[in-house]
Amino acid sequence: MVEYRIDRRSGVATYVQIVQQTKQALRLGLLEPGDKLPTAREVVEATAINPNTVLKAYRELEREGLVEARRGLGTFVRKSLGTTPVDSPLRAELDTWAGRAREAGLEREDVAALFTSVLDEHFKNDHDKHDEGDEE
Amino acid sequence: MTDTAMEAAALGRRFGRDGDWALWDCTFRLPAGRVCAIVGPNGAGKSTLLAHAAGLLRPTEGTVTVLGTTPAEARERLAYVAQDKPLYPQLSIAETLRMGRELNPGRWDQGVAERIVADGDLDPHARVRTLSGGQRTRVALALALGKRPELLLLDEPMADLDPLARHQLMGVLMADAAENGTTVVMSSHVIAELEDACDHLLLIGGGHVRLAGPLDDLLAAHVLVTGQDGDLDPHTVVESRTTGRQLTALIRPNGPIDEAWQTAEPSLEELVLAHLRSPEAPVLTLTGEDEADAFEADEQEADAEEADAEEADAEEADAEETTV
Repeated sequence: MVEYRIDRRSGVATYVQIVQQTKQALRLGLLEPGDKLPTAREVVEATAINPNTVLKAYRELEREGLVEARRGLGTFVRKSLGTTPVDSPLRAELDTWAGRAREAGLEREDVAALFTSVLDEHFKNDHDKHDEGDEE
Repeated sequence: MTDTAMEAAALGRRFGRDGDWALWDCTFRLPAGRVCAIVGPNGAGKSTLLAHAAGLLRPTEGTVTVLGTTPAEARERLAYVAQDKPLYPQLSIAETLRMGRELNPGRWDQGVAERIVADGDLDPHARVRTLSGGQRTRVALALALGKRPELLLLDEPMADLDPLARHQLMGVLMADAAENGTTVVMSSHVIAELEDACDHLLLIGGGHVRLAGPLDDLLAAHVLVTGQDGDLDPHTVVESRTTGRQLTALIRPNGPIDEAWQTAEPSLEELVLAHLRSPEAPVLTLTGEDEADAFEADEQEADAEEADAEEADAEEADAEETTV
């Protein structure tokens, strides 16, 4: 079972926080296929947020194929999210790159900004989907 | 069962024959199943409006309808907690709940009421007059929720509560809304506590409805812009402030915004504060259902109509999301 923490100062929309925390739980293996998500009632009783916010997050997760709602039973995990092992070749490449960035005299924040901008460029559509998850 | 929880049509109320109008020309519609925040400055008419919906005041003009009928006829199906949480001081908590049970045959849920009292570690045999303000709020909410209302009217329900009780009782209200589809209408000055709980907003100022509609739609209809001091035409400016050469403004866009401006979606707090600081800002009412229904009040110039339709278009997708 997953428990949601709502950070009111994060600037991230509340329903997006629920989506992100669910995905994080899937990545970490805290949620596995077949597991049941808490009901909207359980979430709002613990967090004091509007029920529609929870339903909106669950619909988004459903649209991404991660969970499915079964009428009268609840919302269940359909598939887990692949984790990236610590020893993957991708990580090694990034490691080398970060080393070169440091040698070139970049500060930690410079590197982070650079990384984020490239990330944004490559995952632009994913990002839009989050910002405007209700456009479909 | 009706899909409108509360509706006012040209509702006006004057206290005394020569008195000021506490409410005038209030028109809005609240769909069932919403959690609606009523905000506004002191003396704006929030409590007067709630008392009308509860059937405790009669309109001087216009009408207010709740759950598809008059407040008097809907009395069994609505619950109202006034700002001063009136209870009988000489009764014990248990006796107060018994009163709720006897007065609401067929509706009363003793378990719900008892659980709310127990969550506050209150002794059922304690007399109401020995309770603190926050404890009395808890008993008043237990009485209101025990009635299993379809419409729950709460006038500043959280004002006396400590942060933990506030969070816990807001959770109870949200759980009730999730489970039973209860429509909740609550007034408050603490905007932060409303932001996550409410999905509908009614902003009242000077006895008049200034903003009304689904919260997401109202937020999406406004943009916070900053940039070099310049012309904001053709947009509707709610509030603008200039510091040195920098201009910060809350606008309702009419068409695309010049790229020279930095833009951001306002928070509920920014939206409310800007409107409170600018009592002259035009009224905006959104229904969130149909673009044809979205309208800006007459105070607006006629050419605003077209832009409204555009706004409503963008909101349509949202409206489907927020309706359960």
